[in-house]
Amino acid sequence: MTFIYPTGSNKAHPLPLSPEYKSSIKRAPNKPLIPMRHTLSELTGPVYGHETVREGDNDLTTQHTGEPIGERIIVHGHVRDEDGRGVPNSLVEIWQANSCGRYVHVRDQHPAPLDPNFTGAGRTVSDAAGYYRFVTIKPGAYPWGNHHNAWRPAHIHLSVFGHSFVTRLVTQMYFPADPLFPFDPIFNSVPDEKARARMVSSFDLENTQPEWALCYRFDVVLRGKNATPMENH
Amino acid sequence: MQDSVKPDGITPSQTVGPFFKYGLTPTGEYAWNDAFTNSTLTPDVTGDRVRIEGRVFDGDGAAVPDCMLEIWQADAQGRFADPQDKRALPNASFRGFARCGTDKDGNYSFDTVKPGVVPDPDGKPQAPHIVLAVFGRGMLRHLYTRIYFSDEAGNAADPVLALVPAERRATLTAVREAGKPVYRLDLHLQGDDETVFFDM
Repeated sequence: MTFIYPTGSNKAHPLPLSPEYKSSIKRAPNKPLIPMRHTLSELTGPVYGHETVREGDNDLTTQHTGEPIGERIIVHGHVRDEDGRGVPNSLVEIWQANSCGRYVHVRDQHPAPLDPNFTGAGRTVSDAAGYYRFVTIKPGAYPWGNHHNAWRPAHIHLSVFGHSFVTRLVTQMYFPADPLFPFDPIFNSVPDEKARARMVSSFDLENTQPEWALCYRFDVVLRGKNATPMENH
Repeated sequence: MQDSVKPDGITPSQTVGPFFKYGLTPTGEYAWNDAFTNSTLTPDVTGDRVRIEGRVFDGDGAAVPDCMLEIWQADAQGRFADPQDKRALPNASFRGFARCGTDKDGNYSFDTVKPGVVPDPDGKPQAPHIVLAVFGRGMLRHLYTRIYFSDEAGNAADPVLALVPAERRATLTAVREAGKPVYRLDLHLQGDDETVFFDM
């Protein structure tokens, strides 16, 4: 199977400089990126499977002696390519704030409590159909210093590998109809409205577990179309 | 399970933010284990073992303490540990991938082997190189660059380096320290010495 990676797909991404997001101002390149063809170095990528993941790594509610405080949720979906095909055996890593909007990271010192029963990190590997599933706690919104009264909409960070080094993606999954969307420069750094909508999970009543957890569906779409089969080396 | 539906585009990138460390590079400081370290070395790896180290700076020349760097490379024979590389050796435990967060002074380092020669799409040899992805707070999408080695004669004919204006090639070239298997390469996200980043 030989994939092609049209560079036009990259238009969905934010530009490096997004001045409303102040941290981007000194960290975005000023010079244009240099276009290059994909060589074997870019078309291949790290392969990590189930040996990288411990049992229970996809359940963020059972990593400590007690249960974390907050709204238990299931987050599931497929890792797909641009043609909609499932991407199997792809590592998916997540990290997030707790239900109060506080990260365990030492640099997060805002006045909200830590939860001794919640670290907020997980990982899993997509199955043969590209399906993945986590159990976690719904993260809270939190304040940040970007501008006066700035709050991040609740989100879960996702890191996904895919088939090659050019499919590498780190993104954030948001929750439906968050009232903070219009005010968040990171969410709005994505110029196209339809592309922004692809970062928002959907409420999935069908897969909610009665008396136990609500469910959200989030598909991650990576670069890559299946080209006409050919031998390229 | 849902049937496959053709998506209307890819999922956009978002920054790793300032708080990725406990999830992606905990290095023993948090109640979570590392899937990856800053070393590609495995007991069976062959070739020249090298360390690559440097610092990451922003457009003001300030050290960037919250970057994450990932490297991807061939082994010393120029083979990738990916079944898409049909030439791959079947029994190697070498993976060719490593991840490192910068420290408070912007330092990073990788322990690896110097990769072999890899063909370009026309079959022409590329000089030994490592593909590098740079993530960080303030970076809405990761940036791609490459690491070449100062003591490789093949750099002069490398087809990717040839795309880069001559005066900027040094930003891609890790410089060997005298008498040690250590190469140094600083990254500048912005400014006069800005690292060359690739659109791929």
